[in-house]
Amino acid sequence: MPKILMKGAEAIGEAAIRAGCLSYFGYPITPQSEVGEYMSRRLPEVGGVFVQAESEVAASQMIYGASGAGVRVMTTTSSPGYSLMAEAMSYIAASELPAVVVNIVRGGPGLGGILPSQGDYFQAVKGGGHGDYRCLVLAPATVQEFVECVMKAFPLAEKYLNPVLLIGDGMIAQMMEPVDFDAVKTEPQRDVEAWATTGCKDRPRNVVECLWLDPKLCEDFNFELIEKYKKMTAEDCYFEEYELDDQPEMVVVAYGTTSRIVRTAIEELRKDGYKLGMLRPITLFPFPFDRLRALSETSHVKAFSVVEMSQGQMIEDVRWAIRDKFPVGFFCRMGGIVPSPEEVIDFLKQEFVTRGLKGAKS
Amino acid sequence: MKTIFERPKSMTKAETHYCPGCTHGVAHRMVAEIVDELGIRGKTVGIAPVGCSVLIYRYMDTDMQSAAHGRAPAVATGVKRVRPELCVYTYQGDGDLASIGMGEIVHAANRGEKITVVFINNAVYGMTGGQMAPTTMPGQKTTTSPKGRDVNLAGMPIRMAELLSTLRTPSFVVRSSLHTPHHIIQAKQALRRAFQYQLAGTCFSFVELLSICPTNWGITPVQSNKWLEETMLPYYPLGIYKTPEDK
Repeated sequence: MPKILMKGAEAIGEAAIRAGCLSYFGYPITPQSEVGEYMSRRLPEVGGVFVQAESEVAASQMIYGASGAGVRVMTTTSSPGYSLMAEAMSYIAASELPAVVVNIVRGGPGLGGILPSQGDYFQAVKGGGHGDYRCLVLAPATVQEFVECVMKAFPLAEKYLNPVLLIGDGMIAQMMEPVDFDAVKTEPQRDVEAWATTGCKDRPRNVVECLWLDPKLCEDFNFELIEKYKKMTAEDCYFEEYELDDQPEMVVVAYGTTSRIVRTAIEELRKDGYKLGMLRPITLFPFPFDRLRALSETSHVKAFSVVEMSQGQMIEDVRWAIRDKFPVGFFCRMGGIVPSPEEVIDFLKQEFVTRGLKGAKS
Repeated sequence: MKTIFERPKSMTKAETHYCPGCTHGVAHRMVAEIVDELGIRGKTVGIAPVGCSVLIYRYMDTDMQSAAHGRAPAVATGVKRVRPELCVYTYQGDGDLASIGMGEIVHAANRGEKITVVFINNAVYGMTGGQMAPTTMPGQKTTTSPKGRDVNLAGMPIRMAELLSTLRTPSFVVRSSLHTPHHIIQAKQALRRAFQYQLAGTCFSFVELLSICPTNWGITPVQSNKWLEETMLPYYPLGIYKTPEDK
C-alpha cells in the first residue's frame, strides 16, 4: 500500500485496528479527541466495539474488563485524563493484563494547557498509579513511528502480560504526515485461554484479580514483577543513535517531539564542525541505561546534554545512567511551548563553551 | 436416597469468611443457584467489588474478575461489550455502588448495558469497620456518625432503585429483601428474572437486596432482621420499580 497523508490521532486509531484491536473505550479530551471520533466511525465498519465512557476512570476500567476477557483493547487520553486512569493502570499491571494506553501529553500541572509537553515523564516511567509497577513505555517521534509502535504495542503487552503506554504530544497527534501501515507486520494475538474470562465451559475457571491478603504472596508477586521488568530491559529496550558513530564529543539525549528539534540542531551544528550526536530513547521504560553508560566510558565523549519539554525529568535517568561522570547540560521549554531549533542551537553552542570542548574551532 | 439439598455447582468448596448472621452467604447462594438453574455456568463472568464481598471470586466456581472500588459496572461493560455471548453480573455493596461507584452504575444503567447488578444494601460500610454509608438511615449510629446520621450534614439516604428507575433507558429495576424466608424466595424470583432479561439481550437489570450486618449494627441477627423490617422497609419500599415493558 502506498503512503497516505494522515493526521496523527487518526493514524493511531487506524494502526490499532490494523493490529487487530477491535475494541476501544475512551473519553474525549483535547488534543487527542480525534482518536475516539475516528474509532466511533471506523470500528463499526470492521465489526468492532466503540464505547464513549462517562469518564477516564470508567474508560480505563472498561479496558481492564475487556482485556481481562482476552481481546486486544486500547484507550487514548491526554494528561489530566491519564491521571484519572492511574487507578486502572495499577490494577491492569497487578492483574497482569495486556492493555494498550496512549497518553498525548499536554502542558501541566493541573488543567494546564492543550499544547505539547513532556511533563508526564515521571508519571509514565516511574509509576503513575499506586504500588510498585512499571508500564512498558514507548515514545515515538513521528506519525509513522507512532503507527509502528501502536502495532508493536499489542504483541509486547501480550508477551509480558503488562500494560504498554505510548506517550506523544499534540504536535504528533494533530500533525499530518505520510504513513505506511504496511511497514509493520501484525503479530497474531497469543492464546488467552489460560487466564482470560471467556467462560469456563470446557476448562477450569479463570479469575482476574490482584488481592494478596498474605503479605508473603504479595511480596512473591512483587519479586516476579522485578523479573518481568528485567526481561523487558534485556529484550525490549529500544533507542535510536543519530550521528554517534564518528567519535562525537557531546551526546544529546532527547525523545519524542523534542528529538526532532534536536536532530535539526545537530544537523546545523555539524555543518559548522561541532562534533555531537543524539541518543533518542524509543522505550522510556526500559530506559537505555547501558548504552548511555557505555557512551560515557568512551574516550571521545566528554559531555552530555538533555533537552526536554519539562522541568527536567528524564535528565535524572541520564545522570543515573552515566553515574554523574560529567555534568549534564539541560535546556527546556514548558507549558506547551516547543523549543525552536535556534534556541537549542544556541544552548548547545554555549554547552560546548562551558564544557571546554573544541566545537567549531576544531 | 434422594438428594434434596446440596451445594450449587457454581460455588466452590471454599468456606466463606462472613460473620455469623451475615446475609452475603444467602445472596451468593441465590446467584449460584440461578446460574445452575439457567445452565449458564460455562458462560458466566462475575465482577467482584471492593468491600466485604471482595472475595466472592473465591466462592463462585465460574470465571470472575475483580474490580477497583465502585468500578464493577465499568469492568462489566468492558467484558460484556467485547463478549456479548457471556452472562456478566456485578455484585456490589452500598459503599461500592452508591458512593464511590455512583458514576459507573448510573451510566452503565443509562447506556442500557446488558448486564445484571446485584446490589447489597445493608446501610453500612462493612469491611472497613462500620462507617456511615450513603444508605445509612437517619439517626443510625456508625463509627463515623457516632451520634447518629445527621441528615443536615450527610443528607438523606440514597434510594438507588428509585434513582435508577428515573432513567428513560428501558431496564429492570427491583428492590427485594433477605430478612425472612418468604422475602428470600421473592428475591430469588426477581433475580432470576433479571438474569433472564440479560440472557434475552433485553436490558440492564438491577436487583437491590436489603441485607443485614449484625456485626456493624451491633445487634444480634434476629434483632437485625427486626431492625431491617422496622427501620429500612418503610424508607426502602420493596417492589418492581421498572420493567422493560413499561411505556
